[in-house]
Amino acid sequence: MSRSLKKGPYVDNKLMKKITTLIDSGEKKIIKTWARNSMIPPEFVGFTIAVHNGNRFIPVYITERMVGHKLGEFAPTRTFRVHSGTRKAEKEREFEK
Amino acid sequence: MARIAGIDLPPNKKVEYGLTAIFGIGLTAAKAIVAEVGVDPSKKIKDLTDEEVTKIRKLIEAKYKVEGALRAEIATDIKRLIDIGSYRGTRHKIGLPVRGQRTRTNARTRKGKKKTVAVYKGVVAKK
Repeated sequence: MSRSLKKGPYVDNKLMKKITTLIDSGEKKIIKTWARNSMIPPEFVGFTIAVHNGNRFIPVYITERMVGHKLGEFAPTRTFRVHSGTRKAEKEREFEK
Repeated sequence: MARIAGIDLPPNKKVEYGLTAIFGIGLTAAKAIVAEVGVDPSKKIKDLTDEEVTKIRKLIEAKYKVEGALRAEIATDIKRLIDIGSYRGTRHKIGLPVRGQRTRTNARTRKGKKKTVAVYKGVVAKK
């Protein structure tokens, strides 16, 4: 079920505060965060946010098209170990494009 | 022969159901179209008069996104997900279910025909 429109998008308060201070001071720093469930508001665009994936922080550079997604979507929590003999197949896929 | 949006409609079906042959028109949309144009829903496609066909065609062109345009839109939506590097995008890319379904068993729609173990199923999925 999707979130009620009445509430508006969920943006992590602390993260938002940090970003606004960064905007005010005009500098760009990487902010570490655990708030994977936070929506990306337009204010975040242009910043790099290090999103925790349970193990380490994945630096995510926020672009315009990411607005409306959640931070966690860009920091995968699982490593996919490739089956043997797929390296080749994967390369072929890349080639198709 | 009624030809709408580059598709030959099946002549022996009733209008409502025949219209669903168009990609992007389901039963709901088909019923809405029939009601708005004012055609008898039990009429077969082959019995439609030329004016009725033109009316339906005009309505679909004006109000609905169908066939090529719709497919293109879906493709760009998926492309966007892949380009921004989101989880859903990577799932699309490797041909696994996108919405959190289990993949230990089933998921055959995305993975394609069954393959014995040790074969990377994701590649097979994309024909």
